[in-house]
Amino acid sequence: MSIGSFLLRRLGSGALAILGVSILTFAFLHLVPGDPVDHLAGGDAPPGMRLKIEHCMGLDKPLPLQFLGFLGHVVDGTLGNQCKNGDPSGPSVAARIADVMPHTLWLAVCGMIVALVLALPLGVVAAVRRGSWTDTLATTFSLTGISIPQMLFAPLLILWGFITLGWFPGPTEVGPRAIVLPALAVGTHLMAMLARMTRSSLVEVLGEDYVRTARAKGVPEGRVIAIHALRNALLPVITIAGLQFGSLLSGAIIIENVFSRPGLGATLVEAIRERNYPVVQGAVLVIAAIYVVVNMAVDLAYGLADPRIRRA
Amino acid sequence: MTGARARTLSPSGRVGLAMLVVYLVVGVLGPWIAPYDLGVAHVELGHQFEPASAAHWLGTDASGRDTLSQLLWGARSALTLSIVVVAISSTIGLALGTAAGWLGGAVDEVVMRIVDVLMAFPGILLNIAIVATVSHPGVPLTIAALCANGWVGYARVARGQVLGLRERDHVTAAVALGASNRRVMWIHLVPNLLGPAMVQMSFGLGSVILIEASLAFLGIGPQLDYTWGAMLDQARNFLWNTSWVRIYAVVPGLAITWVVLGANLFGDGLRDRLDPRQRGRG
Repeated sequence: MSIGSFLLRRLGSGALAILGVSILTFAFLHLVPGDPVDHLAGGDAPPGMRLKIEHCMGLDKPLPLQFLGFLGHVVDGTLGNQCKNGDPSGPSVAARIADVMPHTLWLAVCGMIVALVLALPLGVVAAVRRGSWTDTLATTFSLTGISIPQMLFAPLLILWGFITLGWFPGPTEVGPRAIVLPALAVGTHLMAMLARMTRSSLVEVLGEDYVRTARAKGVPEGRVIAIHALRNALLPVITIAGLQFGSLLSGAIIIENVFSRPGLGATLVEAIRERNYPVVQGAVLVIAAIYVVVNMAVDLAYGLADPRIRRA
Repeated sequence: MTGARARTLSPSGRVGLAMLVVYLVVGVLGPWIAPYDLGVAHVELGHQFEPASAAHWLGTDASGRDTLSQLLWGARSALTLSIVVVAISSTIGLALGTAAGWLGGAVDEVVMRIVDVLMAFPGILLNIAIVATVSHPGVPLTIAALCANGWVGYARVARGQVLGLRERDHVTAAVALGASNRRVMWIHLVPNLLGPAMVQMSFGLGSVILIEASLAFLGIGPQLDYTWGAMLDQARNFLWNTSWVRIYAVVPGLAITWVVLGANLFGDGLRDRLDPRQRGRG
């Protein structure tokens, strides 16, 4: 398959998935009990305000038109209006998402760096000493990272880094040092999958003929692992890292909650709570689009990095 | 590695299994061995935040209730929820995945498109959205929310396995002998994918508990009295107080870690056993 037709197919199924997510979200929002106007206006709002919000959200139109209206807002890039106080000229959903996106992106990048720095050595050590106690220890350690709930680990990090040592700023604060603790929390959680993949992939590569050839011609073992084996073994690791990065971009809800950080996940949870249809719909669309694009990018990168894949 | 050893679990897999057995036993017996009843009548405001003592092994919480008893009741709720969710989602997932892989065509197309949509919908957010539809979600709604996308992993595993099994001789032979689709799927396909499904179930057991705890922590879980997530949620308000109070905050988190780690170790061990290439000196 050529890269072009591969891309086209993936774009097609990706667009279909995003449309499916939008329809699902839309249907869901309208099926569930509870009036969004009540939430936005508050219980004792004057009837005029209720009408204004209803009109702003388009709730006074038939359902199919409401969905078309949403699609229209996707095309014009605003994703609709937040409809605070029923003001149709107020800030758009896209503006609200753009506000929090830098925080989400920054946390994703830093968390990913922490995860890779922890996972790669652990995975390599486990693979090289496979079957030994070192392997068991390294594997169990990295698994603990995914097993310990973030609801416990993140507060413990705050306790340690902010309260006991006082090295890092606490929740709600911003600045370059404030990212350290959240990034550590995110990174340890991602570490397990990456280390596991590094280990199993390196074990497999170390058994291949070309590695034996390298050893046979007298290449030092460290060089065999670092140069010959690791390069090929890292391909599936990059795939997992890419997918994890994609899911980080849709927000690290618990971490954002514990550290009181703004972010896409926190925004969506807030919007679900206050039944703000336009924001929920818009944020879900953005998250689904990120997922599809990241997936495609990962597949593409994989195909480019390893020509053997493209023939398949 | 010899054939005899290949059939046994790795040491870490056995550790994981042991951890899960402990969880199972505690979950089943928990409410009976809990030293205290946890009803409202047993709130003892004179005994708030007591340190560990002979009467309260793990101290007491903000209402003077016994921490150990809450932990044991929490084990029961976690066990019930995780078993029910894993059972329902694996049944749905394996059925749909097997059908998609074997029948192919339109069935495959429809199932995989639904899988695509659910995968693109960020995991826990779908659970949150479903649970948040009512103001006081009960256990059934939480189960439904966890199953809504929980089956996807099983479906993918089953479909992948079936695509590999399709070309096997015993399947071809069965088709040649005139076996119906139903018979092929039940007799020749499903038994062969139970191994990989077990691996997925083990991982699933851990993730169900994590997700439920996350929901409870965010204050949108089922309004059960005692879940580990609810304990963590309550605990964060006084994590910063005296050091004894921290026991209450740490204990449910450690319990969750225990179960999830056990599930992961066991799942890894099972997978290694099924796929010898991944094993130690393979």
